[in-house]
Amino acid sequence: MALYALRRLVLAVPLLVGITFVSFVVIHLAPGDPTELQLGEMSPEASAHARQMLRELYGLDQPLVVQYWTWLRRVAQLDFGRSFAPDGRPVLDKIVERLPVTLLLNVIEMVVILLVAVPVGILSATRQYSLFDRVTTVLVFLGFATPDFWFALLLMLLFGVQLGWLPISGLRSLNWEYLSFWRQQWDLVSHLILPVLVATLGGLAAVSRYMRQSMLEVIRQDYVQVARAKGLSERIVISKHALRNALLPIVTILGLSLPGLVGGSVIVESVFAIPGMGQLMVQAVYQRDYPVVMGNLVIVATLTLLANLAADLVYGLVDPRIRLAGRRGRR
Amino acid sequence: MRDFWRALARNRLALAGGAVVLVLAAVAVLAPVLAPADPNRPDVRRILEPPSREHPFGTDGLGRDVLSRMLYGARVSLAVGFVSVGIATVVGVVLGALAGYNAGLIDAVVMRLVDLMLVFPRFFLLLAVLAFLTPSIWTIMAVIGLTSWMSVARLVRAEFLSLKEREFVLWSQAVGASGFRVVWRHILPNALAPVLVAMTLGIPAAILTESGLSFLGIGVQPPVATWGNILNEGKDAIEIAWWLSVYPGLAILITVLAYNLLGEGIRDALDPRLRRAGPGLVGR
Repeated sequence: MALYALRRLVLAVPLLVGITFVSFVVIHLAPGDPTELQLGEMSPEASAHARQMLRELYGLDQPLVVQYWTWLRRVAQLDFGRSFAPDGRPVLDKIVERLPVTLLLNVIEMVVILLVAVPVGILSATRQYSLFDRVTTVLVFLGFATPDFWFALLLMLLFGVQLGWLPISGLRSLNWEYLSFWRQQWDLVSHLILPVLVATLGGLAAVSRYMRQSMLEVIRQDYVQVARAKGLSERIVISKHALRNALLPIVTILGLSLPGLVGGSVIVESVFAIPGMGQLMVQAVYQRDYPVVMGNLVIVATLTLLANLAADLVYGLVDPRIRLAGRRGRR
Repeated sequence: MRDFWRALARNRLALAGGAVVLVLAAVAVLAPVLAPADPNRPDVRRILEPPSREHPFGTDGLGRDVLSRMLYGARVSLAVGFVSVGIATVVGVVLGALAGYNAGLIDAVVMRLVDLMLVFPRFFLLLAVLAFLTPSIWTIMAVIGLTSWMSVARLVRAEFLSLKEREFVLWSQAVGASGFRVVWRHILPNALAPVLVAMTLGIPAAILTESGLSFLGIGVQPPVATWGNILNEGKDAIEIAWWLSVYPGLAILITVLAYNLLGEGIRDALDPRLRRAGPGLVGR
């Protein structure tokens, strides 16, 4: 296991360097000198100032190799410069204060997906071709084809505008400070209901589908037939014998979606005005706030890499075949 | 090949999907004929009118006919879908073939590149790139294509790895065929089936991505009519104009559903063993 973990870690290092390299390439995608870009809606003086900052930040008058080295040294110290926004705060501070919001949203999303999709998948597998199975199959196909931003608009129309039951933007009401403790908690929950519904749409469809498929495969296995033949009740057969093995591929799927924890909610956050990393990114793109864009890109990719690494290590622990099979066992 | 068509013809859902795909293509081509009004002509006296006989899907904030804008929007969606998937397929097939045919260093480099691209959450990378470029329909196509070739590359590499050990390939190498000829004439044609499936399922994914970007206002820029652009306005006018939010999204849903059903059908007809857990092989 130690060897396996070490190998994974070593493999992650070139990827980390690669992340900084790709991000560096992205800066230079701009035709000509990046400082010649129109800098959003800024006034001439402001954009001249911003150009000066860009030039200093990335050392744009230096040769490319020197530029990359300068950029790499800064990134290694987590120095992404200051935002171009009027507040001019360090990019890292802006990102760090938004990270928990995005993580909260996505952790809730994953829990909801698990709690709903796993039982749904089991039920449709054990009652294959029943009415329940047919209805969920149709819903799964619809779930895959529905654009999440449109689903968000429909929910806002129904629950926000027509019925007026739920708030449709932000995380807190304007009068939050004046609410009692429990009212504050309810306020937060009510703000999260619609975003979580939208965020879970695709995942629900995918996980319930995989769960169904995996269960269908397992219940045809010999050892499950043996359990039935012993005279065990169907309930016990499913929950004790079949479920454990049917859940293995789901662990894999969840591991694969772990990276989505940081990068997955751009649309949801912007539609519902939730102050997370995704919304920060979209706003930075609108305002051509390049230091924030680049900082966000590097941090999100690095966190994704770490999540991948964590998932790999967990697989190694759960399934000995993976850590013994060598480098590319999982994929 | 006969078996393929017979299997496909038996799959009613796939046929329905294919029919919708054809209708959509016809709508996109015939948009100028079908559209009841000029999609870009504003009418200040008819701003944000609800659906009526004259404007079946209502009008937008500039008094433009939403139905006409949606018909023209179909062109953008399909064009982006096809071109970006084309780009992704070419890049994916070339890199996948290189990696699969040449084991060792080239393979390692290409696969690390795939890993590297997959470390970036797709939407973040798209947004970052678009922050530095002037968004037009061409940059959107290129950017979506160049960030979605990884699954095709993996697929092709896997096919190549198994095909290059097969007897007919070994035989053609034994009689002295050049590496290029072996790949082009013998391996590639046999590796194309899964690529075709990936392409069919890649188109709806690209359409979803484009409309998502346009919805955020970072995709194809107004005044070009796209489904995502109309939805972008719909979001701002959500409390007064439901029709701007409802109809374009429905169009995206139907398009994506049709391509998904067709893609699934093609996959099952090509090879029942490829049958997997349902849609989303290439997915979001």
